[in-house]
Amino acid sequence: MSGIAVSTTINGDEVEFLCQAEETLLDVLRDRLELTGAKEGCGTGDCGACSVIVDGRLVCSCLVLGAEAEGRRIETIEGMATGDTLHPLQAKFLEHAALQCGICTPGFLMAAKDLLSRIRDPTEEEIRFGLAGNLCRCTGYDKIVRAVQDAASVMRRA
Amino acid sequence: MTVATYSARDFKSVGTRPLRPDGVEKVTGRARYGADFNMPGQLVGRILRSPHAHARIRRIDTSRAEALRGVKAVITAADLPDLTGGDAGLHDVLDNCMARAEALYDGHAVAAVAAVDARTAREALKLIEVDYEVMPHVTDVDEAIKLESHVVRQPAPHSGVDPELDFSANLVKTTQYGHGDVEAGFKRADVIVEHTFKTEQTHQGYIEPHACVANFNSDGTGDLWVCTQGHFAYRHFCARLLGMQVSKLRVTSSEIGGGFGGKTHVWAEPVALALSRKAGRPVKLVMSREEVFRASGPTSATSIDVKIGATKDGIITAASATLRYTCGPYPGGWAEFGAQTAFACYNLENVRTVGYDVLVNRPKSAAYRAPSAPMAAFAVESAIDELAHRIGIDALDFRIRNAAREGTRSSYGPTYGPIGIGPTLEAVRNHPHMKAPLGKNQGRGMACGFWFNFGGQTCTDLNIGADGTVTLSVGTVDVGGSRASLSLVAAEELGIPYEQVKTVVADTATLGYNDTTEGSRGTFSSSMATIFAARNAINVLRERAAKTWNISIEEVIWEEGHARATGAGHGNLSLSLKEIAEAAPNTGGPVAGHSEIVADGAGVSFATHICDVEVDPETGATRVLRYTVIQDAGKAVHPTYVEGQFQGGAAQGIGWALNEEYVYGKDGRLQNAGFLDYRIPVCSDLPMIDTQILEIPNPNHPYGVRGVGETSIVPPLAAVANAVSNAVGVRLTHIPMSPPRILAALDAQKAG
Amino acid sequence: MVEVRLWGALGAVVGGKDTLDIEARDIRELFRKLVDAYPGVEPYVKQGIAVSIDGVLYRDNWSKELPKDAEIFLLPRMAGG
Repeated sequence: MSGIAVSTTINGDEVEFLCQAEETLLDVLRDRLELTGAKEGCGTGDCGACSVIVDGRLVCSCLVLGAEAEGRRIETIEGMATGDTLHPLQAKFLEHAALQCGICTPGFLMAAKDLLSRIRDPTEEEIRFGLAGNLCRCTGYDKIVRAVQDAASVMRRA
Repeated sequence: MTVATYSARDFKSVGTRPLRPDGVEKVTGRARYGADFNMPGQLVGRILRSPHAHARIRRIDTSRAEALRGVKAVITAADLPDLTGGDAGLHDVLDNCMARAEALYDGHAVAAVAAVDARTAREALKLIEVDYEVMPHVTDVDEAIKLESHVVRQPAPHSGVDPELDFSANLVKTTQYGHGDVEAGFKRADVIVEHTFKTEQTHQGYIEPHACVANFNSDGTGDLWVCTQGHFAYRHFCARLLGMQVSKLRVTSSEIGGGFGGKTHVWAEPVALALSRKAGRPVKLVMSREEVFRASGPTSATSIDVKIGATKDGIITAASATLRYTCGPYPGGWAEFGAQTAFACYNLENVRTVGYDVLVNRPKSAAYRAPSAPMAAFAVESAIDELAHRIGIDALDFRIRNAAREGTRSSYGPTYGPIGIGPTLEAVRNHPHMKAPLGKNQGRGMACGFWFNFGGQTCTDLNIGADGTVTLSVGTVDVGGSRASLSLVAAEELGIPYEQVKTVVADTATLGYNDTTEGSRGTFSSSMATIFAARNAINVLRERAAKTWNISIEEVIWEEGHARATGAGHGNLSLSLKEIAEAAPNTGGPVAGHSEIVADGAGVSFATHICDVEVDPETGATRVLRYTVIQDAGKAVHPTYVEGQFQGGAAQGIGWALNEEYVYGKDGRLQNAGFLDYRIPVCSDLPMIDTQILEIPNPNHPYGVRGVGETSIVPPLAAVANAVSNAVGVRLTHIPMSPPRILAALDAQKAG
Repeated sequence: MVEVRLWGALGAVVGGKDTLDIEARDIRELFRKLVDAYPGVEPYVKQGIAVSIDGVLYRDNWSKELPKDAEIFLLPRMAGG
C-alpha cells in the first residue's frame, strides 16, 4: 500500500490513517475519518468553514496537510460537546438562533472556542475581529456575536 | 374545500421562540449537507471547463483520459443526448450543463470524468484534449447591446415588445410596463433628476458549494442526494434531461448550506447522473469554490437610466426608467423583473419602464433573492433622494408624500389593496435611529424596497404516532429554520406543545410535488398546507372520539389538544390526542392528515431600511455604523427567524453595495473566483443589525403570514448608497462603491 | 363579464389592445376563452401567466373565481430566489 502513515490524536482519541502527500487535513477528516463536521467552503483558507484546533491553535484544515497531523493534538467540532451535554457556545448558538443554514456553524464554534480561551471577557469589537476569519452568508453575524457574548458570560461564571 | 382566509386569534405557539428541531445536529457537526454523504463504491466526479469566454468546440479527444487507470467514465455532450423535444428553455439548461457546440463563458463545462479517487480524476481532466477555436467575446452589458457588438449566440430570437431602437442580436427580450403619459408629466415638473446607474455582477455567495451523489441504475431507476432549494424541481430537470421517469428518480435534499436562489437551478447534477450511468457506479460530484463562481448562476450586471420629475411641493409628476440587465449566454427575464419593481413603492400618475435582457459571455444568470429588484431600487431610490434634496424636502417626507397606498395603480399594472409601505415609513419616522447624531464624514441614508411573494404547489403529511407525538413531513427545503416555524403551526392547530411535533423534509418519493423554496414561499406555503393537514387530522381525531363514545361527530369539538363531547347528556367526555392515538389500532388505524394545495395570494411585501456610514476621505473606505430594517411580515411565526431573514438580506445587500463584484479581464476570464478577492462582509465589517417586524395580517393566509425571505435585500444597495452619498457630498452611481470608486468620485468632484 | 388588463407583450398578441372584456367565471375559463379568441396567447399560457385579482397575484390556482367588478390584470408568471 502506498501513502504516508500518520499517527495523531483527534478529540482525545488516538487515530491512525494513511494519506496521499497532497491530501489536506480537511480531506483526511472528511473522506478518510468520516468526521464531516469540518466543511469545505473554499479550499483556500478564506472562509473558515473548515476550522479546527491543532495543538491549541486555530487553523484552516484546508491549509494543513494530512501528513502534518503526525504527533499532534487535533480538536474538531465533533469533540466539542461532552457526552450529551452541549458546550455553552453550542447551547447559546441554538438559543440565540445564531445559525440559519448552519454550514458555517462548526467553523464558527471552533473559532469562538479558541477566542474565548484567549480572551475571557471580549468586547464586541474583539469578538467581531476574532471571528473575522469565518464567513457567514445567512445571518449578518448579529446573532452570532450575541451568542458568543452570552456564552462568554456563562463560561466566566462557571 | 379549504379556504385560506385570515381569521384573527390568540396564538399560543405561533409567535414564540423555541429551539429549532434540527439545531443540535447542526451545532455538533452531525447534520449532513451535500458533500457529507457517501455511497458504497462511489467514484469521484470532476468537470473540465472552458478557459475561454467564447470558443467553438471543434473536437474533444477523451481517449487518453479513458485509458488512464482508475478512470471509469469520461463524458461529453455526446453522452447527454438531446431529449428536450424542442423546448428551448430546457435545451438551454442542457447546454449549460455541458456545452454542445460552443463554450459560451469562462468556466462552461465541456467534459467530465468519474474516477476512483480525486487524484486520478484530476489527472484525467488534464488528459482530455479540447480543440477550441477561440471567438470574440463580450462581457459588458452596455457594450453587448450596441449594434456593432459581437454576438454571443446565434440564433437568439427576441421576445417581448418591439425595442424602440436598433440593438444587437444580444438583446433577447424587451419588456415594458407603466401607465399614463410620462412626457406630459415631465413637462409639468419643476425639478427633474436624470442619471445612469450601474451595478456589477454579484454571486449569492452561499458558503456551501454545489454537491451531490448520483446513482443511476441500469434499470432506469436512480437516486440523487443533493443540496438544493427544490428537490422536486431538480428531479424534474434531471429526469427530463436523462430520459428517466420522474417516479424512478428519488431525490433527497440534504441540509443546504445556503442557496438564496442559486440552488433553484441544476448545474452539475445531470452531469453526475450521466457519469454514473456510463460508469455503472455512484458518482460524487462536488464543485470547488472557483467553479461555483465561474459556473453556477450569479445575478445580473445592470445599467439603468432613471428620470424622475416632481413639483416644488414634492409630488412626483412622472417617472421613467430604462433597465439593461445581463442574462448570461441564455435568454432570461431578469430585466423584466426590474422593470416591474423599479417604481413599485410609489403612487405615480405617469410611469414608464422598459427592460432589456442582454446576452453576454458570462455564466448563466440565476435568481438572487428578490431577483433584479435590488438594482432597480438602487437606481430609483438614489434618484428619489437626489430629487428630494434638490427640492429641499426631507428624504423621508418626500417618500411619505409619494408612497403607494391602497388604491394606487402599481407601476407593474394592478391596483394595490391594503399594503405595508406606509406603516414602514411611519415606523422609520418614529425610530430612534433617525434621531441619532452624526459626526464628521458620516452620513445617513434610507431606502424603500418592494418584492412580490409567491405561493405554489405544496404538500404536507401530518402523521400521529402511537404515543401521541406528531411527525410533519414537508417538501419545502428548510433554508433558514422553517422546520421550527412549521412545528409551531402544527402545534398551534392541534393544541399540543411544540416539543411534541417533529418536522422533517421528505424526499421526492415520499411526498407529493412541492415547488422550490424561493419567492419567500417556504413558510407561507408550507404553513398553509400544514394548517389544512392538521385540520384534516383533527377531523379524523374527532371521528375516532365520536366512534369511541358512540355519538355523532357533530357533537365532538377539538379544543386544546383534546376531543371534547358537546351537547347535553355527554358530561365531561374528553380524550387527549395521546389517548386517541393509543387506541388508533382499534378505531380505524393510523391517524393522519394530508394536504395537497396550491398556495396562492401571498401578497406583496415592503421594507424600509436606514443606514449610517462613515467614509474615510483619504482611503475611500466605508464603515457601516448602524443599520435598521423595518419590514412587514404579516404574522411572524417564529420571530427570531424572521429577524434572521431581515438581517441576512441586509448583510448581503451591504456587501453588494460596498464591495462585491465580478471582475472580468480583457480576455473575458473571471479574475476573482474566490472568497479572498470576491469579498463578502465579515463579522468585523458590520454592526448589530436592528430589526422591527411589523405585523399587518395577510388576508389570504389563515394566520396572516406573509413571505419574508427576500424583501430585505431590496433596499440596502440604495440605503447604503444614499448614506455614502450624504457622507461624501457626491452622488455615487456605480455599485459596488468600493474605495477606488469613492475616491474617483471625490477626485472628480474636486476637479469639476 | 370581466374587464381584463394585459401587460405589454400580451397586448401585442391581441392586436395592440391593453384591455379586453371577457365572460369568465374563473381563471381557467378566462385562459380558455382568451386562447380561443387569440391563439397567439397559448404559448404565454403554457409559459405561465399570473393573474392579479384586486392587487393579489395568483400564479397557479386556476380554479380561483373572478369576482364581478374585480380588477383583473394579467402578468407573466414570475418566480423568486
